[in-house]
Amino acid sequence: MGTTITTDVKVKPVPTGGGPFDPGDPKDWPPGYSPDDAREPAKYRIGMWVALGSISMLFAALTSAYIFRETKPDWIAIHLPPALWMSTAAILASSLSFELARRALRRGHHPLFNRWITITTVMGLCFLLFQIMAWRDLRAQGVYVNTNPHSSFFYLLTSLHAVHLAGGLIALFAVTAAALRSRMGFRKRNVAEVTAIYWHFMDALWIYIFVLLFFL
Amino acid sequence: MAEAHPVHGEVHRHEPPSGFIRKWVFSVDHKVIGIQYWFLALFSVFIGMIMSLLMRLQLAWPTESWGFLKTLLPAAAENGTISPELYLSLVTMHGTIMVFFVLTTAPQGGFGNYFLPIQIGAADMAFPVLNMLSFWLTFVALVVMILAIFANVIDPENAAATVVGPIGGWTGYAPLSALGEIAGPGQGTGVVLWITSIAFFCVASLLGALNFITTMLNLRTRGMSLLRLPLTCWAWFTTAVLALLSFPVLLAGGVLMLFDHIGGTSFFVPAGSYVNGQLLVAKQGGSVILWQHLFWYFGHPEVYIAILPGMGLTSHILSTFARKPIFGYRAMVYAIFAIGLLGFFVWGHHMFQSGMDPNTAIVFSVITLAIGVPSAIKTFNWLGTLWGARIRFTTPMIFSIGFVSLFVSGGITGIFLGQSSVDIPLHDTYFVVGHFHLIMGVAAIFGMFAGTYFWFPKMFGKMMNETLGKIHFFITFIGVNCIFMPMHIMGIAGAPRRYSSHDGLAYLGDGFKPLTKFVSFAAFVTIGAQLIFVFNLVWSWIKGPKAGENPWEATSLEWIVPSPPPHDNFAGHEPVVHHGPYEYSVPGAEKDYTMQTDPERAASAGD
Repeated sequence: MGTTITTDVKVKPVPTGGGPFDPGDPKDWPPGYSPDDAREPAKYRIGMWVALGSISMLFAALTSAYIFRETKPDWIAIHLPPALWMSTAAILASSLSFELARRALRRGHHPLFNRWITITTVMGLCFLLFQIMAWRDLRAQGVYVNTNPHSSFFYLLTSLHAVHLAGGLIALFAVTAAALRSRMGFRKRNVAEVTAIYWHFMDALWIYIFVLLFFL
Repeated sequence: MAEAHPVHGEVHRHEPPSGFIRKWVFSVDHKVIGIQYWFLALFSVFIGMIMSLLMRLQLAWPTESWGFLKTLLPAAAENGTISPELYLSLVTMHGTIMVFFVLTTAPQGGFGNYFLPIQIGAADMAFPVLNMLSFWLTFVALVVMILAIFANVIDPENAAATVVGPIGGWTGYAPLSALGEIAGPGQGTGVVLWITSIAFFCVASLLGALNFITTMLNLRTRGMSLLRLPLTCWAWFTTAVLALLSFPVLLAGGVLMLFDHIGGTSFFVPAGSYVNGQLLVAKQGGSVILWQHLFWYFGHPEVYIAILPGMGLTSHILSTFARKPIFGYRAMVYAIFAIGLLGFFVWGHHMFQSGMDPNTAIVFSVITLAIGVPSAIKTFNWLGTLWGARIRFTTPMIFSIGFVSLFVSGGITGIFLGQSSVDIPLHDTYFVVGHFHLIMGVAAIFGMFAGTYFWFPKMFGKMMNETLGKIHFFITFIGVNCIFMPMHIMGIAGAPRRYSSHDGLAYLGDGFKPLTKFVSFAAFVTIGAQLIFVFNLVWSWIKGPKAGENPWEATSLEWIVPSPPPHDNFAGHEPVVHHGPYEYSVPGAEKDYTMQTDPERAASAGD
């Protein structure tokens, strides 16, 4: 864009500021808070949504592979292991408790936050335990990863989801440990917020995989 | 926001790290990481070039026995010749290493990492630790890939095998790549290592893409609106978005293939496959074409990932040395978006011969040709930038002009191949080899050369030698045209690709033997000329004249910091931007360039 020299055009300054990421007046900042810290909530949020975009593409590719294969005449579906109903319930409960925890944190109600975040972590662990129960159930029936195409996709999709969820669980452990030791400073709060987004995504992803594998 | 900032220009200072390991090995400084990526690419390109030397040797003298080959590869080349299987493994590794470890690392991870934060006025990338992890994961991927070359040595049962590593091409088509050891020596361990390396590379690239996107959206300095960003930044951003959305698909395909190898599944192996005298009863049946879809859905955006940074850089350099604003800045930005977006809808043009419905082929063909429109817009805008300019013919400038030339040469042959009917005789011939080498192996590489000559003074504080640079350019430019232009003629005559020799092909006859030898000689000379470049790099680094802050009189933010920049780029200050990135030869200004941070002397119209 070209710039020409003129000195008498009046350009009105554009008012900026406000909005959910506005860090407010520096007078009100806690000690040790710097402009870099002011940027962090937005930065982590953008980073997390971008990461979720790529994880979505991974499972989208696997979905198209699944649908591609499912339409062939030799497709035999495996039976739904009952433990999966329990794991679905566990992860839904954990999302609910995480949301309650997050709201408590926003309001600064730390004892409530501690309670709900601990419950979330426990529910997350229960999810993994129920997944393991489902895998053992199938193994007991003689259904392994190479038994048939549906079982291959089942093990593949559930284990990939579990790996991603385990990552989120590690972050959840860190947040819970910090909470229980009363170390939830403004940096840890960013981590908690962003882990919540990731966790809800993992929940939605599980529901999606569950429906794809057994109801579509 | 202006009122909310506490102290004008003062930001949180980052203290530089101490100790060799934290400073130069596990550094979180984007500049160090950028240089690490760049050296990884330099190392990889030499491995790739050595492999291409061996291939050209074989093609020109197919029946000759070479003593040094016997010494170098006692198992794989025991009678001094390159067997067809060894040739195929060279093809595979050359392609894989060049496409992934050169073209996807240096332009984006190398220059992008180094200069994106500085050009937007930030102190570092959004997630510096993630940045470091991305590099080291890429490094691990390269180590695993090199191990894959020696797969037959790793696998003791196959030590006397006559192949070296996987032979499926960089495209790794199923079922050959999915069958495992039964397909032949090195096709088990070798392919598993190859996929593992690619999987690590995918994850590393995804982490990098995340960093780039977040950085560009969130860390721009005051006054740096999106439309004041240099075109290099737009190119890096779009490349990162492409990587974010396409690498997961390759990862998915890779995981499926890995499961086929080590899990006994059969995602890609059809039922009832009969391989090397054995009926594969354990394989339940899968789809061969599924691999092609997954691979090429990644593969096409991948080639745009390879070329877009070079395009952004060319725009930047042409504008700088023509002393003119880039012609049509906004059109250039939209063209980058259009190329990126359309790139997701054309993967079928790599699959025209896979038995697809001709109507589907027409759809892919039309969209492929449509990508020619934004590409042409960019090309004409580059020419428009040069038109009527007082050009400064420095080495980076002539490499950028060379980029435009080679992009046109390589791009036009893409139009031929993009038509599904014309693709029938040209598919899998040397025409395709000529096309993709011109566009990826040369144009993109010229982009990297231009970037190196342009930014070496900033990165290392020394000027590179202009005379050696120009000699390097002329030998390379003439050389690559001598290597790759004849390939188009051979392709139209029907010379097939991935063949270790064209001897005995009745339809081809012996007429192309002299041309094949000519191409090989041109390759030897051109590869030799790259040593001039390496010598220039080392010599300039040690003994080159000191470079000032802004030796090229350019306008973007990297030229307001010392050469090389301090640890936190802007020494704790926040630069404030008042102008666009290409304010050259502004009428009425005292100098023929206005830096982006120069004080606001005028109310600008719409900037």
